[in-house]
Amino acid sequence: MKFIKISVILFLIASFSGLKSAEANDVLKNKILKNIRCLICQGQSVYDSESEFASSIKLIVDRKINEGMREDSIYEFLREKYGDWIIYDPKLNKNTYILWLLPLLLFLLGGAIIKKKFKFKS
Amino acid sequence: MKNKFSLFVVIIFLSFCFVIFYKGLNTPNNYTPKVNDKKNIPTFKAKDFHSSNYINSDKIFEENTFYVVNIWASWCVPCRTEHPFLMELSKNESIKLIGLNYRDNFNNAKNFIDDFGNPYSRILIDKDGTLGVEFGAYGVPETFLIDRNKDIIKKFVGPINQEIVNEIKSIIK
Repeated sequence: MKFIKISVILFLIASFSGLKSAEANDVLKNKILKNIRCLICQGQSVYDSESEFASSIKLIVDRKINEGMREDSIYEFLREKYGDWIIYDPKLNKNTYILWLLPLLLFLLGGAIIKKKFKFKS
Repeated sequence: MKNKFSLFVVIIFLSFCFVIFYKGLNTPNNYTPKVNDKKNIPTFKAKDFHSSNYINSDKIFEENTFYVVNIWASWCVPCRTEHPFLMELSKNESIKLIGLNYRDNFNNAKNFIDDFGNPYSRILIDKDGTLGVEFGAYGVPETFLIDRNKDIIKKFVGPINQEIVNEIKSIIK
């Protein structure tokens, strides 16, 4: 009897943790799919699209997650196949320096102007 | 003097913004595939169209020759227009054609091959389109030229034509 009870408890714990990990995989999958551009659609992510290309990418992402591939590696895999354009979040490289550094430069410039104005007033 | 300096800074800033917008808006905002990037062929396992057996990619590309991987489907209209050119290419002995049957119905694909001829030395089934993704394809038809080092050296998006056939022939010479 005791053996049966322990077995049932262990089974429930195993099922629960299995459900938890499936849920975590789903969350990760959706996060990745929302960050991938559907290359044949107009302004849609793979997550939003029902196109054939998008459904193939969804399957691939699902497969890679189940194989234990990490988020970064999945992006890298897709980048290698389709280039930087497929990822919404651009990587810092020679083509995107301005995109990443311009807001910082403007922030510093604005700060410097404000500081100078305050100095003049005081 | 101070006003002149401020004006100078504003002009520089506006010119900078103009250049950024001019360049940004002139660049087409859609996907342009890189067709000349050298890439290794992907490693995969696929189902053979005729035997229904699963084959590894290293077995498919084991010969020391050029390969052309062509993604096609019976429902794809441009695939019909490119088919005679594939037939022409298949006559060349220093090249092997591999067909990737993309998201297709088996019987329709078989009828297509029976009606128009089979240019491929082997046809692989890509039922869910994931094999196409491994090659970096995003639709049909698409064609990849693979050299003797097993590198994808060229990608042709859309149906191939006489010009492309001549280009492939000149590369494999």
